Amino acid sequence: MEIPLVEPATERIDYRIILRLVEPKSRVLDMGCGDGELLYLLNKKLQTRSQGIEIDHDQIMKCVERGIHVLLGDLDSGLTDFQENSFDYVILNNALQELRYPDDVIKDALRVGKRLIVGFPNFAYIKARLQFFFLGKTPITPSLPFAWYESPNLHLLTIRDFKEYCAKRGFRILSEHYIRNNREIRLFPNLLAQWGIFMITR
Amino acid sequence: MVQAIDNKTALSEKIYVETQNFPIPEFTLENGETLYEVNIAYETYGNLNASRSNAILILHAFSGDAHAAFYHQGDTRPGWWDRMIGPGKAFDTDRYFIICSNVLGGCAGSTGPSSINPRTGKRYALEFPQITIKDMVNAQKLLIDHLGIDKLYSIAGGSMGGMQALQWLVSYPERVRSAIPIATTARHSPQQIAFNEVGRQAIMADPNWNYGNYYDGEIPRAGLAVARMIGHITYMSEKSMAEKFGRRTKAEEGKPRFHPDFEVENYLRSRGDNFVRRFDANSYLYISKAMDLFDVSEGRPLSEKFYGLQAKLLVLSYKSDWLYPAHQSLEIVSACKIAGVPVTYVDIEAHYGHDSFLVETEIQSQLVKNFLARVGD
Repeated sequence: MEIPLVEPATERIDYRIILRLVEPKSRVLDMGCGDGELLYLLNKKLQTRSQGIEIDHDQIMKCVERGIHVLLGDLDSGLTDFQENSFDYVILNNALQELRYPDDVIKDALRVGKRLIVGFPNFAYIKARLQFFFLGKTPITPSLPFAWYESPNLHLLTIRDFKEYCAKRGFRILSEHYIRNNREIRLFPNLLAQWGIFMITR
Repeated sequence: MVQAIDNKTALSEKIYVETQNFPIPEFTLENGETLYEVNIAYETYGNLNASRSNAILILHAFSGDAHAAFYHQGDTRPGWWDRMIGPGKAFDTDRYFIICSNVLGGCAGSTGPSSINPRTGKRYALEFPQITIKDMVNAQKLLIDHLGIDKLYSIAGGSMGGMQALQWLVSYPERVRSAIPIATTARHSPQQIAFNEVGRQAIMADPNWNYGNYYDGEIPRAGLAVARMIGHITYMSEKSMAEKFGRRTKAEEGKPRFHPDFEVENYLRSRGDNFVRRFDANSYLYISKAMDLFDVSEGRPLSEKFYGLQAKLLVLSYKSDWLYPAHQSLEIVSACKIAGVPVTYVDIEAHYGHDSFLVETEIQSQLVKNFLARVGD
């Protein structure tokens, strides 16, 4: 049995952005690495030395198939034991809103990593605002696809929230990217972006 | 048509293997003592490739032996890890050259306390020195040298086999490309030592044990059987026992008091009886003690031993394993995290307890197979 492999190219705009942010041959930790596709791309294209953390057993099986080093673990405690500056980049893509203690995890991620790349759905996206305002309902959008009763999201936030948070904690924003309908946008991100991707440092 | 029938026959045919011997004229132990005319029994499956880069060393657990897969002539049951080793299996004999040797101190072909001491012409018994896990690994390393293998593609084993895998990583890190320690620990906890000690006491309390000198008379059958029964309880889980036996009884008329009422009692007795026929009581004492004495990082943090390690690691534990619980595997993982060694860790959902790595092998197979396929990446 041959193990099928994805081509080192991706349709996912968030992955393409992250591939641009990471320097070749760096050490990368992906928190909540899912099926390992992003780390696979990083390893193949940029020869990174990577480690993933994932809670889902089926996803872990896929990671191992792809040759990704992955630890079974939950993100709120997964960083324990990693030493300071173990990684050049820690990636927290589409997981921040699901954390129980996001503040602690971000601080810890910036301890073990020199830079943190964090991507999250923007709760202030215009369609979410409209649904909330006109329908009086918890919004359901492409980036926030869950009904309230089945959502894994614990801490929804907006792009403005995140920037304020970084200012408050004294984290420096190295770069910011905004996504709408699988394309990068620049104008009025807090209103028009479905996703934000930030690279921050201490 | 004829071809098709031939293939079918070939598939159902048992593959037979034989144990081989590797003599070591002089072997110096960790404690400085020397053993002479040592033999290491081993088996190999599959073919070593031209670049000698596809060899995997399988490391057996406490009561295992060199016969890890396929059949011995006349046997009805295959080797102890036949589920994992063979054509198309996790340790694919079409791709890899698999080696498994009986540990030093054992009683299945390798030199141990039941072997003849060449200097006295009599069996060693308690004259045999206390061997260690490190000694076992050093003997394996000589075997690997002898087979002309510079770098092992992988080393893998569960329980005491996992301890040997860890010792390999510490003793000969440059000789292994990857390691798969399963359901194991960097050192025994007091609880694990305690269970082993009860086993040893059962053997030593048997008058036939006679301070190890039983080779010319009755063997300490009862003591060794009880030791094995205790072992078996710790290898299973409460749930797997409940599923396997429940409280089912074997009602029989006219039996003496305290005959086995419950199926679990019968099971343990039969396991004990079987074990007595194939295992040497003194080997039990020596090997269990070697496990208890084992501390791969010698009192230091394990991470110190892992700095700079290039080997890839797959660490596996089993959720229902209470003898070697997940936190012991996590200690190995922690050491990797601290030392910056990339590692894959899974706590596998299986309910058979410690023995899961031998009997409930489906997920383990998949992980091992895929992990091995990417070791060369």
